[in-house]
Formats: sequence, C-alpha cells, structure tokens
Amino acid sequence: MKNTAEQLEHPVQTPSKRKTLRSHIVEIVSDSGEGAQKAGQSFGAISAKMGNGVWTVEIIPADIQPPARTKESASGIRIRLGSKAITNAGDEADLVVAFNEVVPYARIEQKAYREGTLFLIESKWGEDRNKLVKDSYAEAIEDFRRRGYIVYEIPMEQEVLRSAPNAKKGKNMWVLGMLCNIYQRELSLGEAQVRHTFRKKSQEVIDTNLTLLKAGYDWAEENLDFQFEIPAQKTGQELVVMNGNEALSFGIAAAGIEVCSMYPITPATSTTHHLAEYIEKAGGIIHQAEDEIAAIGFAIGSSYAGKTSVTITSGPGLALKTEFIGLAVMAEVPLVIIDVQRGGPSTGLPTKVEQSDLLAVLYGQPGDTPKIVLAPSTIEECFQFVILSRKIAEAFRVPVILLSDANLGTGVQPFPRPALQPEWLSPPIDQSPWKEDGKPYDWDPQTGLSKRPVPGQPGGEYTLTGLAHSEEGKVTYDPDINQRASALRSLKLAAFGRTLKPPTVHGDEEGDLLLVGWGSTRGAIEEAVGQARELGAKVSSIHLRFLSPMEPGLKDIFKRFKKVVTVELNYSDDPNAPLITPENRRYSQLAWLLRASTLVDIDCFSNVQGQPIRPGSILQMIKKEVNL
Amino acid sequence: MFGLNTECILDLETPKKYFTLDDYKKGTARWCPGCGDHSVLSAVQKLCREEQLPPEKTVFVSGIGCSSRFPHYMDTYGFHSLHGRAFPVACGVKFRRPDLNVFVVTGDGDCCSIGAGAWLHAIRYNMNMTVLLFDNNIYGMTKKQTSPTSRLGTISNTHPHGSVLPPVNPLQTTLGVSNASFVAQTADWVRGHLYATIKAGYEHQGFSFIRILVRCTHFMGELSNEMISNKEHLVMLNHESGIIPDESALKMFARQETHDPTDIDRARELAESEDVHLGLFYQDKNAKRYDQYGAHNLGFSSGQKMAAIESELDRYAI
Repeated sequence: MKNTAEQLEHPVQTPSKRKTLRSHIVEIVSDSGEGAQKAGQSFGAISAKMGNGVWTVEIIPADIQPPARTKESASGIRIRLGSKAITNAGDEADLVVAFNEVVPYARIEQKAYREGTLFLIESKWGEDRNKLVKDSYAEAIEDFRRRGYIVYEIPMEQEVLRSAPNAKKGKNMWVLGMLCNIYQRELSLGEAQVRHTFRKKSQEVIDTNLTLLKAGYDWAEENLDFQFEIPAQKTGQELVVMNGNEALSFGIAAAGIEVCSMYPITPATSTTHHLAEYIEKAGGIIHQAEDEIAAIGFAIGSSYAGKTSVTITSGPGLALKTEFIGLAVMAEVPLVIIDVQRGGPSTGLPTKVEQSDLLAVLYGQPGDTPKIVLAPSTIEECFQFVILSRKIAEAFRVPVILLSDANLGTGVQPFPRPALQPEWLSPPIDQSPWKEDGKPYDWDPQTGLSKRPVPGQPGGEYTLTGLAHSEEGKVTYDPDINQRASALRSLKLAAFGRTLKPPTVHGDEEGDLLLVGWGSTRGAIEEAVGQARELGAKVSSIHLRFLSPMEPGLKDIFKRFKKVVTVELNYSDDPNAPLITPENRRYSQLAWLLRASTLVDIDCFSNVQGQPIRPGSILQMIKKEVNL
Repeated sequence: MFGLNTECILDLETPKKYFTLDDYKKGTARWCPGCGDHSVLSAVQKLCREEQLPPEKTVFVSGIGCSSRFPHYMDTYGFHSLHGRAFPVACGVKFRRPDLNVFVVTGDGDCCSIGAGAWLHAIRYNMNMTVLLFDNNIYGMTKKQTSPTSRLGTISNTHPHGSVLPPVNPLQTTLGVSNASFVAQTADWVRGHLYATIKAGYEHQGFSFIRILVRCTHFMGELSNEMISNKEHLVMLNHESGIIPDESALKMFARQETHDPTDIDRARELAESEDVHLGLFYQDKNAKRYDQYGAHNLGFSSGQKMAAIESELDRYAI
C-alpha cells in the first residue's frame, strides 16, 4: 500500500482513524455502463435509512455506450450526505471514487473538485500492458497530486476478481462496500439494499453482489487509514427516499389519475418507468403514444370523456404539444402537463438541468392562453404538486403545467412518507343528467368558472371546439363574444390567484438584498443565504411555487430590500458583455416576468452550464452584491 | 309471480325514449349545395336512429377541414379537434370509456397528410370506432389546394400547371398496416351502399376504416361528374360476409365481383387496381384491440388504489 496518513491534508485523529463531520460530498465516476449510479443511489438510500440528510444527483453521459476511458464516457453520481437535511448537491466534492484516470477530467472541467479532495482511483491502469494507457495513468496521478487532490490508488479489479468472475459488472458493489466502511454505514442496511437493487435477478447474482459488498467493506477496514462519521438524526418519522421523477409518479397515482399518456423523452420518462411497475394495480394505465403530439391529444381526449389525465414531457416535446395546449386552454379541458425541464434550445442538453421553459410555457402558444403553472422546489413537492395540479385543473377547468427539472428528476432525497388520503383520488365520472338548459360554458361573470358536461351525461351534449365559441359551445365569429370569452378565461387566473398567500421570506423581512428563485434551486439559494447571514449579510430569499398566476404581495416584499436579484438556471446577458446595455439586456426568465409585473428594477444571476446551481457560487454573488 | 317477467314490468313503468332523426340533428349544415358531405350526414343520422344510439353515449370526433365540421351538425357529444389530430383524441376518448360509441370524421388532407402518422398508429391500435374518411381529392376549406389524394395532374391553386406526384391511396395504405381489421370503400352518391357500409363499420368490433368517395362539386366539378357518370370503372364487391346493400343500390352497379373479405392479398390487389371497387375489402374479427387493454382495469375502489400505492411506497420506505 502506498497510501499513508501523511498524504492526508488533515491527518486522521488518533488513536481512531475515524473523523466526525457535519456533511460530506462523495462522487463515483466511471465509464458508462460500469454501474457507478447504481452504487451511488444505493449508498444514498442506505445513508437516508440511517437518518442522514441526503441529496444525490447523477452524472449522465449523452450516449448509451460512449467509447471507454474518455471524458465523454464519464458516468456517475454525486452523493451529498449530512447530519441535517440536505437540500442540494453542494459545492466541490470531498471524496471521489474513480474507475479510471480519464473520466474524472469531465468533472474537473466542471470544477467539481478542490484542493484536498480525496481521490480513490482504480490502480490497475498503472500496470496496463498498453504503454499509452500506463503512461496516461502515471501522468494523471501526477496531475491529480499537482492539483492538490489526495490520491489513493486502489486495486479494485484485483480485489473484485477474488469474489466475482466479471470485474466490470461487480466493481460497483465492491465500491459500495468500501464506501459503507469509510462512512460507517450499517452493513445489514447495505445488504438489504443489494437485495432490493437486484430483486429481479437470480439468487446467484444477489449472492455474488452480497459477497462483493462484504469484500469491499472488509478491504477498506483493513487497508484504508481513514473513516468518517456523519452523525444522523433519526426523527422517528417514517420516511421514504426517492428521486423527483419517482415522486411525480407517486403523485400521479395518489391523485387518482388513471391515464398517463406519454412519448419517451429524457429526462422525463423515468417517471413513467416507475409508474409502469404498479399503476395498473392502482386502477390506472400508461399509454405510450406514437409521438408527443398524439400523447397530449390522447390525454385531452381522455380528459374530455372522463377523468383528468396527465401527459409528461421535456422541452422538445413541450414545443410539439403547443397547439394542443392552446386547444385545452380554449376549450377549457382539465389536464395536467408535467415538464421535466432540460437544457435547450432545440435538442440542447438532454440530460442536463435548465429552467428555460418558463416563458415558453406561459407564452409559447399563439393567441392568449392563460393557464396555471406551478413549480415544485423539493422532491416532496414533486409528489404533492401533482395532486394539487389535478384538483386545480378540475376546479378551474384549465390545463395546469407542472415545471420540474432534471435536477429534481434525478436528485434523490428522503421525505416523510405521505399519508395517502382517499380525497386525493379523482372522483367517479359524473354521469347524472345535465341540468336543464345548462350550457357547456355557463361562465360565472365573477370568476370565469363553469362546469363541464362529460359524455354520458344526458342533456349535456355539445361539440367541443377550438374555434371561438359562445356559452352554448356554438362556433361564433362575433367579435364581442371572443373578447368576452378571452376575458373570462383570463379571469380564472385572477380568481385562482385570490386563493394564494404571499410567499414566506427566508431570513429577515427587510434588508440589503433579496434573492428570488423558483423550482429546484431553492435548496442552494437558502443554504447560501444562511451562510451569508452567518457572515453578517442582510440578505433574504423568497421562492415562488406559483408562476402563473404568481403569488400575491411580491411588490410589497421587494420594496423592503435595496436590491432584488433572481437566481435561475436559464440564459441572461452578462451586463458587462460587449454591446449589452441596460435597455437591450436580455434578462433571465423569472426576472423578465417580475420586472414586467412589479416595475421593480430586478437584476438576475443565471447561467446555462447544465449543472445544478451551487450554494458557493450564490454566496460569492451575495458577497459581491453586499460588499462583504 | 304468475310467470310475469319483472323486467317487462319495469320497462312498462319507465318506457325507453325512442330517438327520432330529429334527435340527432343540430343546426343547418354549412357545406356547399351539392357537396357529398350532406348525404353522409343523412346516412349517419339514419344509422343512429336505426341503432337507437343514445345521443349522450355517442361521440363524433373530427379534425379540421370541411368534413370535420360534421360533429357540429350532430346533436350528440362532439369533439372538433385540431388539424390531423382526430385519431389521438378519439383514441383517448375511447380508451377508458367502452360504453361510448365513437365515430371519427376526417378528410383526405386531415387523415392522409397532416395526420398520417397518427392514422397509421390508430389502425394498429384497432380501437372500436367507426372512421369515416371523406375523400374529395382536394383541400376545400382553404380554397382548392392539391390534396394527398389528388390525382396526378390535378389543377389546383398550389399546382396551377397540374399536380406533380402520384396520389396516396388510402386503401392501399390502410391494408398495409399491421393489425388492420376493417377496410371498406363506398361513395356519397350510392346512398344505399353508403348506409350499408357505415352500418357494417359500426357493427364491426374494431377500427372500421371507411373511405367515402365524396364529391366536391364546388372545386372539383369535373371530377365529380366523371365519378357519377363513369359506371364502367365502378365495381361492387360482393360476398355473403361482405356488405349487402339494398336493391336500389345494387341496380346502380353494372359490374360486380365476388370477394372474400378475409383474403387480404386479393384485397390489396383490388385496392391497387385501376377500377373503383366499393364494398368490404378486408375484415379480421380477431385483430387485437387496444381499447380492451385500456378498459381492463376500470372501476377500482379507493381502497384498492390506495393499497396498491401503499405497497409500492413500502419499497421506498426507510
């Protein structure tokens, strides 16, 4: 063993090699197909089961089988664990497990590591028969040390082959065992997790992986000179641990939505993979449509004839659904549309996070198309907001768009197990006779609301149309009716807005700087605000869940701060870039909306680098803004 | 008691409403005088009355175009959707509602051009619905543009010197898609045959695709006249398990041919021939139906649903 305590920047405590920490960030990076994500998700689940706060996020290559030992092949996962709740992926990693010396460079480019990061690297490449590989390894190790990483060369493959015939397939569970030892995870939880992960495989496969887990655990116990303890706080509350897409799928089922109509698209579709496993036992069904347009058309047809349906997509699919969204607004068909946002425009960054669909969702359809838009900010909200969306869609006879993103979709976090309620489920389809002379669009002039007849209701017969129509559902070319109907559809938003409360300010109610966020960035923003406040900055934040209509009272909150800045993962011009002036500067999307609705000179802090926003970068911005 | 059937007594107490033609009519059809769509509307309204389809249980779904105005003239439920999108909407309507009678009304542009992708998949889904393709070989609503089924050389506003591509053959296409279950052709001016075909389509348990040759007298007057007068090219397909029109319709055909509708190879030959065949080209009563899958788990109780979700949540519990 070349590894010694002297290599550690912070020597381990003696006599124990164990060190206690509040939180740590672990990354596993490998070639695509080596199972790093499976190991990391398992590690996250085990940690959550021990009562730690956990957030995991996947590092996904663009191709299914990219060439091995390239930066493009980097596939992996980040697991951040802490003593308290963890709400985001954090800053630079503290410990990295790398299956070869090339893949970490993809993460180095993204500034994922720092001086002092522990680097546990597969050592077999150092003895490779191919001189190029051998040299590449030696150079990289030297480079890693130069960068200040603390390198541990680990004979992973050699050790794995003692317990399994195929090192490529077994390495991940061996690494899981090693991490379980380093972080003092209960081995029994690890074993239970392995059994769960391979539940669809043969007993032989399960046994091999259990052996590997134990082997990795024992190897680390004997050979590594450091261990970490991250004390957990068991709440006594029953928890579930899952990613945002799984939470969405539970939300769909718990809302009693019986038709999920979709077309495969990254990063939304894993929601349906999960749902497909059990939804038929819960009285629902998934329709995999022939294309994105047909998927929403089918959902609208199904909603029109019965219970509110859901369609789920991401940016490019949302673009294709545009015309049908317009129809659902015009004809007032309740519908839930879930958009798990990814990088754009066009095909963009399919596996990476962005919050760039906000304006497209609000204004992407020709004509005026008022609709309700929500954005969950935690994984738990991914679950809750689907239930909420179905109820709003039905009460307001309107499509509701739920904006999640790749960060929430792939991030795994524990949250209290939901206590399912029968009233969350959709009610049976009303088949009672439609009230005498009742019109299909009997708009209430105060709210714009009306009740919809459903096929099967005698006396309610009408023809739904995307053409301008009267209360009777009749096609009309009367300019006054179109004006009035547009106003009534718009009025529904104002009516819904009356049910909302102003957002809670995180921090003091007034100060020098207010950050405004929406969606998955909440954890990072609030963490940075907390750190800045500890340093004495008069900074607070608010986080919007409702984007259309927006929560009330925003202008009053903004007035109490000297400066307001939105924090978003979508594009904005750098105010200092050439040709950019305060007049022509293109702001990030929420900033644009808030400037328009409040006339407050709101600034924005945004990027489209495809990475979850880091608390450290927000903290830096805060320091600059408040001259700290 | 005394052998009385209690169901009969109940029937006497609450007599079923008898639906007349007027119960299915709504408004005045705005198609041009002489347009073939009118006769299809009459035939469909007659079918509804003959079959006593409850208006509240009947849904007409259409796309966009002249023919797609059809649902507005039916006093049933209707869904006048988007251009090319009648099929996905209709499939969504039917998926969880086996009790609804679903009809799709579409045109040659709507089905064979902008909606072609959805058309192919709707054939494959084979959901129980009756599809009426109003094929008039032209875009009428947007004022005479070449349609996918316009004959080669058709003069239109987009091809003033004649269209340059051979047309799509909707029968050939439908017969080429896997899981096709009912393919028939009729014409608006052969009323007895038109009615008999729509009825056969309604009775077929699956995706009944009926191409109706429809005259657009306004933009395609010459073609319309030719279609009516050229009796030599018109052949009626004849078979005991095919479509049997009334006597008056039979008289209109100079030529008849016996065709077994289970013979898909011959059906394809007929679809591709120069002659115009009216009748049932193909029927497969055993083709897999996707609407049966859609309706296989209806009506679960709240308890059943919550139990299934709880059991899945257990797997994620700590």
